[in-house]
Amino acid sequence: MYDFNYHRPASATDAAAARKAAADGVYLAGGMTLLPTLKQRLARNSDVVDLAAAGLAGIGRDGGTITIGAMSTHDSVATSSEVQSAIPALAALAGGIGDPQVRNRGTIGGSIANADPAADYPAAVLGLNATVHTDRRDIKAGDFFTGMFETALDDGELITKVTFPVPAAAAYAKFANLASRYAIVGVMAAKTGDGIRVAVTGAAGNAFRATAMEQALAGDFSAAALDGISVDADYNSDIHASAEYRRHLVGVMAKRAVGEIA
Amino acid sequence: MSEQITVTVNGDTVSARPAANTLLSTFLREELGLTGAHVGCDTSQCGACVVLVDGKSVKSCTMLAHQAAGTNVTTIEGLAGDGGELHPMQEAFRDNHGLQCGFCTPGMVLSAVDLVSRNPDPSEGEVRSWLEGNICRCTGYHNIVKSIRAAAKVMRA
Ligand SMILES: Cc1cc2nc3c(=O)[nH]c(=O)nc-3n(C[C@H](O)[C@H](O)[C@H](O)COP(=O)(O)OP(=O)(O)OC[C@H]3O[C@@H](n4cnc5c(N)ncnc54)[C@H](O)[C@@H]3O)c2cc1C
Ligand code: FES
Ligand code: FES
Repeated sequence: MYDFNYHRPASATDAAAARKAAADGVYLAGGMTLLPTLKQRLARNSDVVDLAAAGLAGIGRDGGTITIGAMSTHDSVATSSEVQSAIPALAALAGGIGDPQVRNRGTIGGSIANADPAADYPAAVLGLNATVHTDRRDIKAGDFFTGMFETALDDGELITKVTFPVPAAAAYAKFANLASRYAIVGVMAAKTGDGIRVAVTGAAGNAFRATAMEQALAGDFSAAALDGISVDADYNSDIHASAEYRRHLVGVMAKRAVGEIA
Repeated sequence: MSEQITVTVNGDTVSARPAANTLLSTFLREELGLTGAHVGCDTSQCGACVVLVDGKSVKSCTMLAHQAAGTNVTTIEGLAGDGGELHPMQEAFRDNHGLQCGFCTPGMVLSAVDLVSRNPDPSEGEVRSWLEGNICRCTGYHNIVKSIRAAAKVMRA
């Protein structure tokens, strides 16, 4: 790892200022992606701005909305009684990320800012129609993920929290990579105030909605309604799974998720 | 010169000025001489470097020493009692032949202590899925799972 200046600001405002003042700064959340990247010298940042003390952790419920601070760990989401009772599918998704030690450090803000094509949270953000709040604006789920490791965030923009409207029902099914537990394909199906939503992660460059499935489920919310629907996307193909296999898995995982709540 | 940090390690207050890019694993091993945290893969996969930070198991190869400022760190060296009597988890690993070469053992034991602190009576399936991040090349895991469930029983009593 190259050397850098380390900062631990005590507020979100100070964090944004430290990041702005740096020649080539980067935010540090759980470090589960950033530290391996720095260790392998895939990045060389002049300044690392640790968000640990910036007051961005915490989970709360306000009526029909669950709010999760950017620095909330996967473990805190998985074990939160508020999340477990309001959106059990979200608690289960967080509890299925990686391993216990990754969940003890990794955060929701770091996961969605990183926008790994195989990450789990993007399926929840998109499938549950969440809003990503930053130090500058509110970004709708549909506008947030823009490509492989690409998001709508501008340089230095800080995610402060994510708000999830509580759905009537939701379920997440994933076909996990056996070594890392990243999603080869993961599908979040939900009955929301905004209609039926089906969001897919792992399959393509970034998470996307399977609109053909949403339409079929609007008429008949059952796994059988998905028979014969093949979702078109720019599927990834790699050592873990071919594009054709991923296309097939989208159908299987969607049926599992829908079957759980139908 | 980097900032001074204060960390409680195995009950002792430690003040030091590690370089900003010093990993917690390096800090423990090379600056404090606590070599129980083993560096197996150095890529966040194997769990040999697991220590407890404020009671939660973390991979010390994937954390900066500076991120541990103000926390309470427990390494395998700090688990036994002051008189040297083994922690029930260590005792159970010994009694149940839960280790062979011992390389993965400090991480296994500390990961297991985190599990039992949350779940005092884990099922075999719960133990196995909890060990997702701890790799053992020797034992085939069977006796590790047995050790953890035996220790949980002692710790519940
Ligand atoms: C062994 C292993 C297994 C894993 N398995 C899975 C899995 O099964 N599923 C899964 O989804 N993920 C998995 N992950 C990834 C894990 O969830 C990480 O926690 C996550 O990708 C990054 O989160 P972090 O908090 O560690 O962020 P960091 O690594 O600290 O940061 C990641 C990036 O996000 C930026 N960033 C962080 N916080 C903010 C913020 N608030 N605002 C703006 N930018 C920010 C950082 O600058 C950096 O560029 C795994 C990781 C490991 C090491
Ligand atoms: S050395 Fe840290 S996980 Fe392998
Ligand atoms: S006992 Fe040898 S690696 Fe586990």
